[in-house]
Order: sequence, then structure tokens, then C-alpha cells
Amino acid sequence: MRKLLIITLLFLTTIMYAQPKYGGVLVFGRSGDSVSLDPAHATDGESFYGSKQVYDTLVQFKLGTTEIEPGLAESWEISDDGLTYIFHLRKNVFFQPTKFYKKKVQFTADDVVFSLKRQMDKNHPFNKIGGSYKYWGAMNMSNIVKDIEKVDNFTVKITLQKREAPFLANMAMDFASILSKEYAFDLLKQGKAEQLSRFPYGTGPFVFQKWIKDDKIIYKANPEYWGGKPYIKKLILKVIPNSSVRAAELKVGSIHVMDFPNPEEVATLKADPNIKIITQEGLNVAYLALNMEKVKAFKDVRVRRAINHAINKEAIVKAIYAGFGRPAYAPIPPTMWSYNPDIVKYKYNPAKAKELLKEAGYENLEFDLWAMPVVRPYMPNARKVAEAMQADLAKIGVKTKIVSYDWGTYLDKGRKLEHDAMILGWTGDNGDPDNFLSVLLSAHAAKIPVSNRAAWKNEEFTKLVDQAKVETDIAKRTELYKKAQEIFAKEVPWVTIANSVVVEAVRKNVMGFKLDPMGKRRFDKVWFDK
Amino acid sequence: MLSYLIRRLFWTIPTLFGVTLMVFAMVHLAPGDPAVAMLGEKANPQSVKELREQMGLDKPLTTQYFIYISNILKGDFGRSANSYEPVLNEFLDRFPATVELASTAMILAIIFGVIAGIISAVKRYSVFDYASMFGALAGVSMPVFWLGLILIYYFSVKLGVLPVSGRLGYEFDIEHITGFYLIDSLLVKDYEAFWDALKHLILPAIALGTIPMAIIARMTRSSMIEVMKEEYIKTARAKGCSNFRVIVVHALRNALMPVVTIIGLMFGSLFAGSILTETTFSWPGIGKWLVNAVYQRDFPIIQSATLIIATIFIAINLIVDLLYAVINPKVRLS
Repeated sequence: MRKLLIITLLFLTTIMYAQPKYGGVLVFGRSGDSVSLDPAHATDGESFYGSKQVYDTLVQFKLGTTEIEPGLAESWEISDDGLTYIFHLRKNVFFQPTKFYKKKVQFTADDVVFSLKRQMDKNHPFNKIGGSYKYWGAMNMSNIVKDIEKVDNFTVKITLQKREAPFLANMAMDFASILSKEYAFDLLKQGKAEQLSRFPYGTGPFVFQKWIKDDKIIYKANPEYWGGKPYIKKLILKVIPNSSVRAAELKVGSIHVMDFPNPEEVATLKADPNIKIITQEGLNVAYLALNMEKVKAFKDVRVRRAINHAINKEAIVKAIYAGFGRPAYAPIPPTMWSYNPDIVKYKYNPAKAKELLKEAGYENLEFDLWAMPVVRPYMPNARKVAEAMQADLAKIGVKTKIVSYDWGTYLDKGRKLEHDAMILGWTGDNGDPDNFLSVLLSAHAAKIPVSNRAAWKNEEFTKLVDQAKVETDIAKRTELYKKAQEIFAKEVPWVTIANSVVVEAVRKNVMGFKLDPMGKRRFDKVWFDK
Repeated sequence: MLSYLIRRLFWTIPTLFGVTLMVFAMVHLAPGDPAVAMLGEKANPQSVKELREQMGLDKPLTTQYFIYISNILKGDFGRSANSYEPVLNEFLDRFPATVELASTAMILAIIFGVIAGIISAVKRYSVFDYASMFGALAGVSMPVFWLGLILIYYFSVKLGVLPVSGRLGYEFDIEHITGFYLIDSLLVKDYEAFWDALKHLILPAIALGTIPMAIIARMTRSSMIEVMKEEYIKTARAKGCSNFRVIVVHALRNALMPVVTIIGLMFGSLFAGSILTETTFSWPGIGKWLVNAVYQRDFPIIQSATLIIATIFIAINLIVDLLYAVINPKVRLS
């Protein structure tokens, strides 16, 4: 009986211990400042960190996954032809009053129409305000959406020009965040419309308070947040550019979550009893594209396979990614739905590579190996990766010259297919496989200016991807994408290099913090265990 | 004096014009399309076209330059290509932070540099002389970011007496009146915030001020040694002036001439040093902002901010030249 009592007591204390507590100020130390707090104008992750706290989207990614869940839209229907989307909006959601805008305005269909239409309609009063709508263009939305209409106060109808299954996932992206129409037009009346990107007024988990450029953004919890009141009282996003200094701030406890520690700091941070390390596989891929348009030898699949066998990506990932990556075999990352783990994997095998080259008659192959000049989320050091590849390729008698340009030129020349083979990568936008497979590998993307840098034109692959794009049934789409990956693996237009792993260092008393593959940072479920 | 001032002011016009031309040429002759660089992997024909139009890159170069110059004459410094905020606003948001840091560093450098220089000169070949000149040599040779990290490690992480980085603790919220936290906190009589701002200022000011301090110390020392050999010093001593009076009134005033020149010129290098210091100490000033603009090919920021900084630099040099006249009446005559 006593034993039972003790066990019950222990159990109860564990429950109490694990119970989230309200209160506290959380400081998040990050490497750069937001550029704009209007997510429709931004393209960089730091800007989205800032706007995500204030704004919601119609649908959203379930924290830690690429799955779609309801956001400001409670539910939605898709017509059989896949061209009409009806969104039923949440009632009783309010834009939260701030120091600079004291009104409390209810969220309605007008806000949805305003937020999306300003990006599409050239005659909209906000179309020319705040610069170009970069992501709307990048996601090709003007060729997807036909119209956005208000059906009633809490229903919105979006019609498409063509069937486009990834559309729903696009609505979860930051650029599709919902801003208040009333606030925007009040600003316009006062001649201060541009303040929309500096003073955000939203429905999200936190209420914006102050932004000191290059220093910090301060938020307070939104007590009426429809997803539940955040546990922390205040949130501060603090800019600390130097990674060693960020680590020092975390050690002394003046910040609680540290973005992007350097690989060499992780070991010392791990050793600190007050700090824990959280990892998450990133939604990205780094690859070497073999340009079949320029180098004749690359047209021969045996040469492409030989190069895949020759490059020791396990060693590259170990040495250059320093534990912040995993070798990649498929064109989409393993965290994405429809990832096919059963495709052919080209293991490091120089003897076989040599044999394949001999068979193809390209024993004296020479080409330029392009390495980008910048660090990207999927690529810590392209120059070093290129050097490792160069050494590996030399072992099978392939001579390469490493070439690099400034970032703009690099991308520009790549788009014009001026490279022989180039290192590049991609970070997923909407968690949809189409965003990788169609954008980077379909025959449509192989027309100059290309985004298919291998200029690979495989009809079968393109057909599968096109079919999957218009199919709304996830199971069927998964099948199609799995098949497409099989073709990719057989044909290998790229050498897939790695998927990066995102690492975050967090104070031990910070609970409920989750990284997510979409690269967002959310704090509404974070709490302090003191 | 007045005609001298007018002449000097007149000459700044072609200088500034030259600056605009040079910076414009430099940013536009650099290879690669800035719109593509800015959009990165996600660039597609439509988004590139729209961004090029927004940045005015679709127009011929001469037209772009003409638009740029005429806008500046109207007081419009353009908008950042990235954030689309007016460059002048973005500049003014960050400039007080840089000035506060740079002037604190400079004041530290002048006070300690001049004192160390005088004592070294007067007590030549003493232990103090050797120690301070060794310190000065070390100060000139130390990379700012390295020194910064060492300071943070000892004073913030190990001893825990000073904050690691930033301008002000998050528990303080002071109104932006002048943008200088030391002044603003005093104006609103928030002494705790003042103390906190001061504590945040110490380490970066030391890091940034070390090189100028070392240069000033060495300059003062050698200049003082020269002056102390002059006949008028002997005369002053013969007149029966106290040692202190001889050094401070008779020698120092003349010895300071080359030091003032160096101080004026050093403000320029202080801006350059502030880039590293600001990055290390998460100081929200213009140094880091400008470097980011260069990385991101944000033409309007690079062009206009360089012009503004050039103007400030010219103004500082002008003030220094006028200061000569105050210190040394001989300059007034010529």
C-alpha cells in the first residue's frame, strides 16, 4: 500500500513537473535582422522569423512536419475539377491592438482578399507599395491563381487557372500571411502606407511592440490567440551576428535559444550542463548538376553513373558538413512525404566508376567544376566540397578545374547553362515534392533561363511529375513521385550531395521548443521550467 | 578666416561629385545581375524582371546616374532595394549607435593615449615608458575582433561583470530622443538605464579604441620629445615656471599639432574598425549594415550611404583644420 502511494505520488509530481507554466521573457539570439516585416515582400528566413510571430496563414504546417493543418481557415473544400477552393474562416479572431494602432478589428474574408489580391492585381492600391512581391513571383502564383473572391464575411473562394495540387501548401507559406485590410487602408489614408512592412498588426500568437533595427524586435503574448495563449509573456528576437558571441550569451543565460551554432562550438555547448542541443533535418538538398547541353559526355548515362560512383559523399559530409548533414541519394529530402528510400544508391566505388568510363569511351574526360562563393543552408563550403570532388574524380582519371564567380554571376550563368557541372542546392518552400521535382528537374524547367541546371529532359519523369501536380489525392501523388525518383536514380542527372541538419542550442529550462523542417521558429508553445 | 572657410566648403562640391561617380561606377561595373543575386536560387524570369524594374536597372546606365544625382539634389537618397525603406531613414536609425560608440572610443583613446604619451616622453626610458610603448605596439597589432572576443570571454563569461553584447538590456525601454542611449537615459532621468547603457559601452569602446589609443600615445611621445628640446622650453624653465606648467602649457600645446591631425584622420579608420567591433558586440550601427548591403548588392544603400559618410568625413577634416587655428595661431596668419 505504501509502495503504491509513493508510486502515485511520484507519478503526480511528474505530471505536475511536466505541466507547462505561464510567464517569463524568452530571448532568441539570431544571426541577422529582419529586412521587412511584411512577409509578402521578403525572401529571407530572418524576415520570416520576425513576421511569423505576428501573422497567420489560412492553412499552416503542423509544427515539426510538412503536413497541412487548419490556420485562419477552419476548413476548406476543393471542387472535383480541382479549380475552386472554398475556405471557411475562423470567427471571433481579432487583429490585436498595439501602441501604434489601438483598434481591435475582427478578422474577415476582406482581409484574405486584400492580402492576396494586392500581390496579384496590378491596379490594386497596394500593388506598388513596399517594393515587388518577390515570393508571389517566385512561386509563379500569377500563372496559377485566377481570382480571389469574398463569398460572405467568413467564406473565401479562390479559383485557379489550372489544376495545381501544391496550391494549398503555397497558402501555408509566409508570403500568403493575412494582414488587416482596415489597418492598411487607414495607413494609406494617412499617407503612411509603407509603414505596413515596419509596424505589423496581426492575429498571430504574439503582438508586435517595437523594432530597433539590427538590434531586437520585441513582442508580447497575444492573450486571445485562437491557437491558445502563448506560455511566455514576452518574446525578444535579438540580433547577434557573431556565432561565438551568441554562444557566450547563451552560456551566461542572457539568451535562451541560439540560432545556428558553428559546428566547432556544438561540442563545448553540449558539455555545458545548462544547455541542450536540438537537431532537425532541413528541407533541402545540395547537388552537382551535370549539364548535358554543354558537355557531350554527360549525355551518356554511364558517364553520369561513373561520376556518382567516383564521388565519396559520405567522406564529404563527414569532413565538410561536420555532422550537420547526411549524404543525400534522392532529389528530395527524407523528411518530405513521398520520399523513396528504396531507390538505387550509388555507393563510393572508384573501380566501378573507372570501368563505366572505359565502357563509355570517356577515359580522358575533362570539365569545369563550378563552386558557388557563398554559404547556403544546404552548403557550408562549396569550395571545399569542389576540392574533395576534384580529388575523387582525379582518382578515376577525370580532370576538373574549379571555377567560381560572385553569387549573382554564378546564378546568372547557371541559368543560361554556361557551366559544365555546377554545385547548387534548394530549400523547400511549401513542403511539397513538386517544389523540388518539377522546379529543378522537369523538362519544362530546362528552357533558358533554366532552373533545371542539368538541362535534363526526360519525358517519362516530366510526365509523372506533371500528373502528380494536378492530382489532389495524396496517396496517388505519393506513388507518382516515388516512381519519378526511381527514374531520377536510374538516370542521375545530378550527383546528390547532402541534406543539411539544422542544429539549435537551447537553455535546459526552455521546454516545448521544436525545430521544424520548414525553417520556421515558433514560440507559442514554449515555456520555462524554472 | 571666413574666406578660407568658404574656399574649403566650395572645394567639397567636386570632391563629393567625384565620390558619387566613383561609387556609382564601382557598383555598376561589378559583374553579375544584382536582382538575380538578391533572389538567389528562387529567381525566375518574372521575379527578376519585376525586381530589376523596381531597382531601375532596366534603364541605361547614364539615365540611372542622372536620376540618382537629381534625386540626391532634391534630398532623396533612394530606397533600399531589399527593405524598400528610404536609405536616409535606415541610416539615421543606426547612425547614433555608431557615433556613440566611435566617440566614446575616441575619448578613451585621446585621454589615455595623450596621458601615456606625455608620461612616456617626460620619463623617457623608465619602466613606465617601456611598458606603455610595448602596450601601444601590442595595441596596434591586435585584430579588433580577436581582442573583442577575449574581452567578452574574460569580463562577461568568466567574471560576469559586464554584459556580453548589445546596447541595452532588454528590461530597459528608453525613448529615442537623440538616439544616443547615454543622453536619452539622462534626459528621461532613468539612471538605471544609463548605468546599463554605460556598462554595455565599455567593452566595445575599449576594443575599438585600442588602436587609436596606441597610435596617439606613440605620436604624443615622439612629438613631446621633439618639443622638449626646443629653446622656448629652456626659456620657460629659466623664467622659473613649474615643471607641470612647462609640460602642459608650453610643451603640450605645441606637441599636440601632429596629434590633432592624426585624430582627424583616424575618425575614418574608426568607421572601418567599427564594422568589426559592431559585428563582434552586436552593436546596431552602420558598419554592419553597410557590409550587409555590399553582400546583398543593395545599390541604393551602397551609393547613398557612402556619399553621406564621405560628407561627414570631409566635415570632420574641415573641423580639424579649423582646430589647428585655435591651437596654433601661426596657421591663422598663413
